[in-house]
Amino acid sequence: MPLIAGMSVLLGCQFLGEILVHGLQLPVPGPVVGMVVLLVGLMINGRVPAGLRTSGEGLLRYLTLLFVPAGVGIMVHFDLIKAEFWPIIVTLVVSTALTLAVTAKVMSWLMRSVPKDPRDEWREKRP
Amino acid sequence: MSMPVPVLDQLWVYLSASPLLHLLVTFLAFMGASYLNRLLGGTPFLHPVVLTIVLIIAFLTLTDTDYATYFEGAQFIHFLLGPATVALAIPLYDYRERVRRMLVPILLSCVAGIVTAVTSAVGVAMLMGASRETVLTLSPKSVTSPIAMGIVEKLGGIPSLAAGVVLITGSLGCALGPVIFRLVRVRDPSVQGFTMGLAAHGFGTAYSFSSIGAAAGAFAGLAMGLTGLLTAFILPPLVHLFGI
Repeated sequence: MPLIAGMSVLLGCQFLGEILVHGLQLPVPGPVVGMVVLLVGLMINGRVPAGLRTSGEGLLRYLTLLFVPAGVGIMVHFDLIKAEFWPIIVTLVVSTALTLAVTAKVMSWLMRSVPKDPRDEWREKRP
Repeated sequence: MSMPVPVLDQLWVYLSASPLLHLLVTFLAFMGASYLNRLLGGTPFLHPVVLTIVLIIAFLTLTDTDYATYFEGAQFIHFLLGPATVALAIPLYDYRERVRRMLVPILLSCVAGIVTAVTSAVGVAMLMGASRETVLTLSPKSVTSPIAMGIVEKLGGIPSLAAGVVLITGSLGCALGPVIFRLVRVRDPSVQGFTMGLAAHGFGTAYSFSSIGAAAGAFAGLAMGLTGLLTAFILPPLVHLFGI
């Protein structure tokens, strides 16, 4: 039963997220707001219930698989991409590489002033 | 003995119309791609997701199946993306102390990353002589697809092309990420995860969980949400600076 309870919490938060997005006309997807709802809930609760952790981490372990159906959708866009193939591909490669480099560099530069927490060490080693 | 051929034919018509076949194809392609990736020493250029997508598109093309038919079966997997996105709150909660300590670097590098993503996309696209619609469509490429499509629609681009552009960006992020991190010598898993989530949305987040670790995944999920939210506000005035 804890697995069902955990799944219900996740779906319930997504449901609340969808309601908030439609009610307040927010420019973000329902599940992203649902993530904020769950985070606030966990802060109030003070811990992650075991069932929620099992179902949540189970889903996150296979997150790459969950993107496959949407990813296959690229086949529908082939014609649109073909029309301006080189501008699109060059822009995406150059811009993605630049974004990765700048973000990583800026963030590690800004992090110099953040004190290291020794607890991070064993957290990193936790499987 | 002429029976088997029409029977097989009917069976194929029946199976290819039921969700079962394409659900199974998705799982098998994913397992095959993961196996192949491990066989090749886990090379980032053949990331399992990208390879799975290529395998499935090849299968659908060979069997002359359209995307709508495929999605009938695959929608059961797609549906889980919603609760999985909600579940990103769990690692974020686990690492809340680190997030709180890093709040200022997080917000500043998020803005820096968004400005880089948008200006470089618009700038390069204009230099390459892309049409106005295509330039506008490329501008929110790093953002998760529902947000990107919303932004593109408001700007006057092509929303369905935006969905494709976002997918390619995600795959490129997974392939380029490890190379770039080595080039700029960034090793901190939180920084790597955050960068992947910012530049390559959900693909980058999934990559961080599977290839870097739990802390990286938590920061990638945070970056994905934050980037989506901030881009919706930062992008329109930024694009107008280019006079398009």
